[in-house]
Amino acid sequence: MTAVNDRNKCCYCAGCPIVCPVGAIELIDGIVVIDKEKCTNCGACVKVCPVGAMSIKR
Amino acid sequence: MQEFDVIIIGAGPAGLRAAKVLAEGKAKVLCIDKKQEIGVPKRCGEGFGLSWMERLGLKPDNKWCLQSINGAALYAPSMKSVKIDFKKVSGYIIERRVFEKELAKEAASKGAMIRTKCHASDFERKGGKVIVSCAEQGENVKYATPLIIAADGTESLTARKLGFDTKIGLNDIDSGYQYEMANISFENPHFIHFFFGKEIAPRGYLWLFPKGKNCANVGIGIAGSEPKTAKEYLDKFVKAHPGLRNGSIIEVNAGTIPVGGFLDELAADNLLVVGDAAHQVNPIHGGGIGIAMEAATIASGIALKAIAEKNFGSKFLNQYTVQWYETRGNKLKRILKQRHMLEELNDNNFETLAKSISGSDIMLIAEGDLKSSAKMVIKKLVKHPKLAKVMLKYLK
Ligand SMILES: Cc1cc2nc3c(=O)[nH]c(=O)nc-3n(C[C@H](O)[C@H](O)[C@H](O)COP(=O)(O)OP(=O)(O)OC[C@H]3O[C@@H](n4cnc5c(N)ncnc54)[C@H](O)[C@@H]3O)c2cc1C
Ligand code: SF4
Ligand code: SF4
Repeated sequence: MTAVNDRNKCCYCAGCPIVCPVGAIELIDGIVVIDKEKCTNCGACVKVCPVGAMSIKR
Repeated sequence: MQEFDVIIIGAGPAGLRAAKVLAEGKAKVLCIDKKQEIGVPKRCGEGFGLSWMERLGLKPDNKWCLQSINGAALYAPSMKSVKIDFKKVSGYIIERRVFEKELAKEAASKGAMIRTKCHASDFERKGGKVIVSCAEQGENVKYATPLIIAADGTESLTARKLGFDTKIGLNDIDSGYQYEMANISFENPHFIHFFFGKEIAPRGYLWLFPKGKNCANVGIGIAGSEPKTAKEYLDKFVKAHPGLRNGSIIEVNAGTIPVGGFLDELAADNLLVVGDAAHQVNPIHGGGIGIAMEAATIASGIALKAIAEKNFGSKFLNQYTVQWYETRGNKLKRILKQRHMLEELNDNNFETLAKSISGSDIMLIAEGDLKSSAKMVIKKLVKHPKLAKVMLKYLK
């Protein structure tokens, strides 16, 4: 399981990288990039996202 | 490799202010932004108080001051409202895109070098300097400097890469979403409108900031920990309001606001952190344009001293931390308490307040005048001892 980003919904607001407790998210060239190895599926990014662009998927 | 006295990461209000002050002080300064166009997209309701402009020496300019504001209306869930009428212009809804470009032009005219579409991705301390790796219009470039000013907004990658912990807990961040709307109708274009309530904006508020008679920024900020999204709440509100329901959406803005307090230390070796990157925003309403620019002014003053004395050590640079807490930080810490009060109020409390207190009473609280606020609460809420007790807890 890992957090995934829906690019069609994402507004690149930079909310998810700052709340991720393990630093698994970076905004690179305006795109949310998630390090699956680091992600602990804590769901913080899912909650903070103003548009529901993050979810936890298998 | 090109070298500069100072490199500023981020050309928002904070970075551009720093660029101007440093260039005026004859420093060789580079200010870079990853965006293609300065000020676009905005992450902002665009409310800017006149007292802030005066403090910063900015003259309201028709180029970017779209709508003058002389009051505020606060609505409880039933739409009963309290009005605060200043009876004179107290601020403006600005066009941030134009405002920031004007700041950039001014900084450039003083001699600052500005670069857009230039993303700083890595930082390395080496021999008393910092090497900044950037992707500039598709090319990899490196710049060197003894002093970095991190003005890169909430994302705050710069400070993080240079050893600061800038992560924020879900309770200390507001998740924001906004539509710039056209062809809508609302009560008074010279008032800013705030809507409160659990079903409207849990632990936050929804705003309507007019940009002319039929246009407005309609936005919301809610607790980052809320399970439902900010967009869901905003859509629900727009649908429920006949004046908004059939309006057009001409811009969508998303952003997060670090409302839970600021970094304790604002400087480290070779580094000053300013604006949203240092979480320097008003903890109650989330406004940060003025605060960011004021902090940038203070930081730039210390930066000029550091250049003159060739001292870029943490201890020297932390004079900025001390000065900032004296001018602004301590005041904002008091306001943070009031925010916790707001969080405790429920919908019934909002209704009671809308019926019992006046606009000037609210101003007492918002300005952090604890003594007078406490007196007011005791007097006006005699019939509501429970609510008075909750509020008095925070007015000490
Ligand atoms: C929804 C919302 C509504 C708001 N409404 C208001 C309001 O009505 N009034 C008010 O006063 N404040 C408001 N604020 C707060 C205000 O927008 C901020 O406090 C203000 O923009 C802070 O300025 P800044 O210069 O610190 O950061 P920013 O304006 O965020 O600027 C940071 C800049 O750094 C750039 N950057 C980031 N990382 C890098 C990198 N690695 N390399 C290069 N560049 C980089 C970004 O592209 C950006 O341009 C609102 C905020 C939000 C989210
Ligand atoms: S689920 Fe948690 S750990 Fe994984 S990316 Fe989101 S915030 Fe980070
Ligand atoms: S919080 Fe949501 S909208 Fe913001 S960058 Fe992350 S995924 Fe995109």
